[in-house]
Amino acid sequence: MALLDVRDLVVEFPTRHGTLTALSGISFSVDKGERVGIVGESGAGKSVAAFAILNLLSRPGRIAGGSITFEGQDLTQLSTQRMRAVRGNRISMIFQDPMMTLNPVLTIGTQMIETLKAHRDISEAEARRIAITRLGEVKIPSPEKRLDSYPHELSGGMRQRVVIAIALLTEPALIIADEPTTALDVTIQAEIMSLMLALCKSHGVGLILITHDLAVVSQVTQRVVVLYAGRVVESGETGRVVHNPVHPYTRGLLAALPGEAPPGARLTQIRGTMPSLNAIPEGCPFHPRCDYVQDRCRQAEPALDSLDGHLVRCVRAHELMAGQAA
Amino acid sequence: MSEAAAMTRDSGRESGGAPAADRPLVEARHVVKHFDLGGHFLQRERPTVKALNDVSITIRRGEAFCLVGESGCGKSTLARVVMGLLDPTDGEIRFDGTRIDALGHRARKPFHRRMQMIFQNPYASLNPRRTVQQTLEEPVRFHFPKLSDAEVKAKVEQVMVSVGNDPGWGNRYPHEFSGGQRQRISIARALMVDPDFVVADEPISALDVSIQAQVLNVMMDTRERLDLTYLFITHDLSVVRHFGSRVGVMYLGTLCELADTKTLFETPRHPYTRILLSAIPRVTTEEMQPPGLPGEVPSAMNLPSGCVFHDRCPLANARCSAEVPKPQSQADGTLVACHAVEEGRG
Repeated sequence: MALLDVRDLVVEFPTRHGTLTALSGISFSVDKGERVGIVGESGAGKSVAAFAILNLLSRPGRIAGGSITFEGQDLTQLSTQRMRAVRGNRISMIFQDPMMTLNPVLTIGTQMIETLKAHRDISEAEARRIAITRLGEVKIPSPEKRLDSYPHELSGGMRQRVVIAIALLTEPALIIADEPTTALDVTIQAEIMSLMLALCKSHGVGLILITHDLAVVSQVTQRVVVLYAGRVVESGETGRVVHNPVHPYTRGLLAALPGEAPPGARLTQIRGTMPSLNAIPEGCPFHPRCDYVQDRCRQAEPALDSLDGHLVRCVRAHELMAGQAA
Repeated sequence: MSEAAAMTRDSGRESGGAPAADRPLVEARHVVKHFDLGGHFLQRERPTVKALNDVSITIRRGEAFCLVGESGCGKSTLARVVMGLLDPTDGEIRFDGTRIDALGHRARKPFHRRMQMIFQNPYASLNPRRTVQQTLEEPVRFHFPKLSDAEVKAKVEQVMVSVGNDPGWGNRYPHEFSGGQRQRISIARALMVDPDFVVADEPISALDVSIQAQVLNVMMDTRERLDLTYLFITHDLSVVRHFGSRVGVMYLGTLCELADTKTLFETPRHPYTRILLSAIPRVTTEEMQPPGLPGEVPSAMNLPSGCVFHDRCPLANARCSAEVPKPQSQADGTLVACHAVEEGRG
């Protein structure tokens, strides 16, 4: 059984000008110890998915349909109190900005010990010992001393390490990381991502890595889900998706990466922009930007088709896969 | 140079006989920039951020010179010193042969027209209370006061079309546009006054991947069509590889290596450059590896002795912590500031 199983999840934001559907029925699962990437551009709904899983949607956002099954229980049906036992305990979250997690007026030690004591019945000394071990695991030099530091005394990379240490404190089964290294420099990104990769493996923790960066996803995750306008447009084994993308949007994203094109050549660009949620086009939401568009794409939204395990939401998926579409 | 040519080109006077086409467009010579932080009046040594320490670069006509490095390496400071937004503490800036860092406001005005800048955040760099038309007209009216209204309008339209914008956007306000569109408006604003040189400070970092490609394409098109010279500041090495003709790699206020883009990516020499290149994420199923860079970037207020990279460098020895390496020219013209490379230790 999957560790996390998200089925037909619908998230809506009612506004004065009508209801906006941020996620229209997305499904994906994460197995125990598996690393899954969720990729998409701004507004695709990737962060909304993370917040929905943790029941942290800001009002008036609400889950309007579907289920989120984690360790056998449906998180959408849990009481606030039962949810608290899951959030920050069985599922941890890492945000882009470490200061979203860290309290600027408390020492690192206080924050770590409080987190542990909130979820476990243990002594201060025991909590302190675990905190030091975790800080050591994320390669923070002299962890005993760091317990007495305030977040502002650390660099951005060090803060993100502390956040990872906090995320690991309660030995969760799943970590959701939302653009954890986007604000960091490349060498620090490589340091932090390789560290997360190693820790997920050694602790057997599942990971949902939310990012816009397909290169990072390809080097960290085992499976990837590509979101566009609140829908899954492609998903499958990471190697297969990045090396043999089928959906025109995934192909466009990969082709737009400057590292993959010959130097100086014109970059392939996806024309237009991501539609806003109140103006999602009829039929396939990607059709106004698609190079392979046909009449039928404008009429009905295609279903998510399985091409032996590789899911693609495109009426021309078979042709594209065989390389026959023009 | 003939007399007539010399007369029409008064900016060329200082550099004597060098023909204008061979002369580098922009030169930064031994630039030092320190920021004084005030501090307590009893403190013997006032705290100073040593943002740039003896950096020299030469930008040739028509090239896309890229400066790369991580946060705090001084790349943006150097760009701002070149643009005259900051005064250098020491060293000099030359534009088309004329030393410009010491010029007064009036003498500098023609250079302001020829040097334009594009900023990172298109949400902050456009005035939200002005229509796109007003934003674009202002620099033209300032630098070309003799143009008629009709000529200014024609110019706006022509530039908007040239960067792929709909000229009908003129009456709209910045908030009506997406990040990519705003950045194309910023590019249009920079191009309004027919500059020779454009500094772009992380112009695509705030944008989505598919939009980055649009903006990069516009920048490459305009460079070719208008014969522009770019100074492109970025932390994204895959963009450099795609866009740059030459690259300067900076670390903690010094220039480590300066090379042709192709040479730099094929044979990086400075240990820092090698680590930086190895850390670029690639589309591959190989798992991400730690870059092998111990510790953190030291504070620019308290620079390490000798080579600023020595305490993190895998090749460092005693000489590195004592003596500051000078940029040395290699056989292929690459400049490398490293004792290990010089001695063949690496």
